[in-house]
Amino acid sequence: MSTDIRIKKGLNIKLRGAAALQLSASVRSKIFALDPPDFHGTTPKMEVKEGDKVKVGDVVFHDKANEEIKFVAPVSGEIKEIQRGAKRRILSIRITADTKDSFKDFGAKTPGNLAGPQVKEALLESGCWPMIKQRPYDVIANPSDQPKAIFISAVSTAPLAASHEFALQGREKEFQAGIDALSKLTEGKVHLSVQGIAGSFLNDTQGVVLHKVSGKHPAGNVGVQIANVDPINAGEKVWTVHPQDVASIGSLFLTGQYDPSRVIALAGSQVENPEYYSVIRGAMIEDLVVGKLKEGKNRLISGDPLTGTSVKRKNALGFYHDSITVLPEGDYYTFFGWVPFTGNNKFSVSRTFLSWLAPNKEYELDTNMNGEERAFVITGEMEKVFPMDIYPMQLLKATMIGDIEKMENLGIYEVAPEDFALIDFISSSKIEAQDIIRKGLDLMIKEVG
Amino acid sequence: MNFLRNQLDKIKPNFEKGGKYEKYGPAFSGFETFLFVPNHTTKTGAHIRDGVDLKRVMITVVLAMVPAMIFGIWNVGYQNMGDGHGFMEYFTFGAIRFLPMVIVSYGVGLGIEFAYAVFRGHEVNEGYLVTGLLIPLIMPIDFPLWMLAVSVFFAVIIGKEAFGGTGMNILNPALVARAFALFAYAPFMSGNEVWVADSVADGVSGETILGALYGGTVPQTSVFDMFMGFIPGSVGETSVLMILIGAAFLLFTGIASWRIMLSCLLGASLMGLIFNTIGSTTNELLNFPWWQHLLVGGFMFGLVFMATDPVTAAQTTKGKWIYGFLIGVFAILIRVVNPTLPEGMMMAILLMNVFAPTIDHYVVEGNVKRRKKRLLKVNA
Repeated sequence: MSTDIRIKKGLNIKLRGAAALQLSASVRSKIFALDPPDFHGTTPKMEVKEGDKVKVGDVVFHDKANEEIKFVAPVSGEIKEIQRGAKRRILSIRITADTKDSFKDFGAKTPGNLAGPQVKEALLESGCWPMIKQRPYDVIANPSDQPKAIFISAVSTAPLAASHEFALQGREKEFQAGIDALSKLTEGKVHLSVQGIAGSFLNDTQGVVLHKVSGKHPAGNVGVQIANVDPINAGEKVWTVHPQDVASIGSLFLTGQYDPSRVIALAGSQVENPEYYSVIRGAMIEDLVVGKLKEGKNRLISGDPLTGTSVKRKNALGFYHDSITVLPEGDYYTFFGWVPFTGNNKFSVSRTFLSWLAPNKEYELDTNMNGEERAFVITGEMEKVFPMDIYPMQLLKATMIGDIEKMENLGIYEVAPEDFALIDFISSSKIEAQDIIRKGLDLMIKEVG
Repeated sequence: MNFLRNQLDKIKPNFEKGGKYEKYGPAFSGFETFLFVPNHTTKTGAHIRDGVDLKRVMITVVLAMVPAMIFGIWNVGYQNMGDGHGFMEYFTFGAIRFLPMVIVSYGVGLGIEFAYAVFRGHEVNEGYLVTGLLIPLIMPIDFPLWMLAVSVFFAVIIGKEAFGGTGMNILNPALVARAFALFAYAPFMSGNEVWVADSVADGVSGETILGALYGGTVPQTSVFDMFMGFIPGSVGETSVLMILIGAAFLLFTGIASWRIMLSCLLGASLMGLIFNTIGSTTNELLNFPWWQHLLVGGFMFGLVFMATDPVTAAQTTKGKWIYGFLIGVFAILIRVVNPTLPEGMMMAILLMNVFAPTIDHYVVEGNVKRRKKRLLKVNA
């Protein structure tokens, strides 16, 4: 069963430094980290203390609000340090890794033979549950909810994003097992979006509703696909899982072990030889990029350039991220930089630059804001990159003033911050749309739940 | 450049938080960001940003007005002196009269903008760059400068700052200035004497085409002259050709809404056609060919530079179609049947400015209804 999703609106930003399709092993870090701030809305309650020994799959902390949701160690070793920030908020748990991992055994099972509650229990116990996120609100799914569907997008359209197709190579069996397990969690359908590349094993996945997605970014965003197939209504829940996490879940059932492996793209114009690396979750950025970057002031990003998190070398790869992007910082002044038709090395959707003359050029964009934040002035620009039946500017304004009824009416339940990433990019008033939406969703969690 | 940058960096700490002139920070930053696009980098959200910002957008709009402005300045001289003089002679004659208006408009307007920025502690917004040039372009050339200053003052304070500044205003500030002038200083804003410089002293007839039709006579101006703009009128509005060049520029850069322009043209054409069909023996405006309505008066200038102002226009795509269409309809309606004003474009735009939020409300409400219906279906 296969349907086509064609997205007409959107924008592909062509950046220099896309990862070449070849996979290298990375150096194993000596230190790994599990960072509670990666899990938005979770308050960690520690189950280990400094000096404790852990195996892969041992619980490190659980969610204070929902004790069932456990977060486990990605490597075996010793808890080195619990780093805290203001108000003793836990920022990072550092683990000194053994040279060889030992695993906690959860027991291999065949997901096809299990009932829903058993699958759920296996995922909660093994620390795989945080891999399942929910819409609305873009937070970890609540295990007691009944999702109306599960969506998996194996299409990546964001600039410099890792190809799911490539990252999943050789993990066909795990991926299918993961799908089998996930399909036990919903009475609805499991939807899988693919690019539809001929010969890809994803096209032959069993037990899913297959969608062939084409179009510009954000066509690959799972939220856009949900809006297209089966929009979320107030009170409904849809779960989403990253394709590599589907394989990790599958691996849990096939081997009985928590699978912390990840294939990431190291990309960006400041990377010497952009390519893919197989790594372990929580690896230090330093170990992943050392010796691979060009000289200069660099912005290290865990994730893609539109939605990723700015990180330092001593930070870890984000739990949900499958790429590291390195771009030049843009902290420079431009003399009369606003004069139309100048500065044509920059990319712009507007034709006040001459860059539209070279539609296939790959740009080397930096982190300069290219202007200052202003009130909303230009209209119609957001709608061009927002392929949902939602008025993005009206929703942003309602969210800024925290008008809950208006937010509901205008479709706050259907969006996640990542859907507004292109609006961050194109806004001529430099509106921080993702930030506004994230705060709005947090307000909804607090007020509506 | 580097010297300038170093000087700015040297005095900048005085204007930052805790500095001696902290209060004047916004004014300093207004000048600084005019000279240099700042070194700000992305902190939250997307790490890369489009090259465009509001300064660039506004300056692009100003550039689009330049052809109409240059022609207008020339035409001021031409209308006064008639045939037989050189380009520079006409141009100098016009420039001597027009440039003081520009200086007063920018001086008063930007002065208020900066004062408000300092007073309220927000950044200086670029919106006035466009408004400041629009205002002298839509005023009669002999309009006294002090009246211009008062009109600008009124427009910026009541038309814009009272609502919260650029982006929040309901009415187009340039048209507020013009409307204010029209009602406060009517003798200087209408009639047959004001549209050509020194027309009374030099004995030149300054009657506009709409003025003549309004008075019941059919002017003998050729369509070519109407299109090229060799006719009396306010500085920016006469040459349809030059305005169309500006329009092409705005549409090409993607800044102005083609939907508003097109629907406005359609609305005006339809209304003109209806009046032509009805016809009249007493009101010459009903018999004036519909397509010539589009060439005379302030219609084209209003359509290209004022109706498309994104802040005061409808904001939704559907809303823009309705908004533009109704401006066209009302502009011709007011022109033809209203008993006091020969021109209707300004009033039509101001009227639709007021209704734009209502149009948007109903368009957005359609989306809300669709969402609620979906929910009902699920719950049923």
